[in-house]
Amino acid sequence: MSNPLMMNFLDGRLYKGALKNFCAPGLNCWSCPAAVLACPIGVMQAIGGSMNFSVSLYALGGVILIGLLIGRVVCGYLCPFGLFQELIYRLPTPKFKLPRGAERIKYFVLITFVLILPAAVTDYAGIGEPAFCEYICPVGTLEAGLPLLITHPELRAVLGGLFALKIAVLLIVLIGSATVERFFCRVLCPLGAMYGLLNRISFYRLSIDEKKCVGCGRCARACPMLIDPTAAPNSSECVRCDRCAADCPSKAIEIGLK
Amino acid sequence: MSNVISTSTMTMSTAMIRLLIGLTAGAMIWAGVERGELSMILNKAARVCLECIGLG
Repeated sequence: MSNPLMMNFLDGRLYKGALKNFCAPGLNCWSCPAAVLACPIGVMQAIGGSMNFSVSLYALGGVILIGLLIGRVVCGYLCPFGLFQELIYRLPTPKFKLPRGAERIKYFVLITFVLILPAAVTDYAGIGEPAFCEYICPVGTLEAGLPLLITHPELRAVLGGLFALKIAVLLIVLIGSATVERFFCRVLCPLGAMYGLLNRISFYRLSIDEKKCVGCGRCARACPMLIDPTAAPNSSECVRCDRCAADCPSKAIEIGLK
Repeated sequence: MSNVISTSTMTMSTAMIRLLIGLTAGAMIWAGVERGELSMILNKAARVCLECIGLG
């Protein structure tokens, strides 16, 4: 949806039109040749690290509004990197469970790398670095870095340690995503962290009919995020993938706008 | 009392919280546009972000 200009991958052109004023709902690098929308996390860091402002009201307000309406449906259905992880997880590799508490890392990433560092660590001109994009974001490396290096030979001359770090992070995320379902969404994604906080009150929500529920536990076993929907139907980790509702033999799980 | 877990917790206060958060988010977007964030976004988004691709 946010990357329709696939032909731009051939020559590495970037879309420069007015649509880039608007943020994509999911994590999507604005330097990706196919992208027509801006990245909300990129905008937060760019505005937060600018000379004039320390926080992007536009991007933050937009994320809160989308989160209030649909919560982590964005992660489940609208984020291109979520789809990419789902495909990678289908590879025949050993599968592991995420260690307890690893999900909390994404809140640290959000607060430190997206909100604090770009605004607090600035150069002589008062401009901060987009710390998440620069040191962590594997989406930028995959969607923009690698395609642009292929189509722009002049960029290869300035490759250095930072690119090596970005490639290392991308490899860790790829291996993680092949072995742990939705590794990046669960552990590192700052946008998922924000939408997750709004899952509990969002209009799009999951409900369990206790009269119909037979307590078989199939919903918990079907959940890629390892949530028990009967105990926490609107957990901040739920990406609203609908697998629990589809697997429920008594149709006790309803998901929709309420 | 309802047997549906999540709707049983859908109280008046939840509706109020939703309303407050929705209004706040709308006001934030409006304020961001008013103070000129869009031109800064377009200026950044229309160029290759060297930091994003690991060259910054």
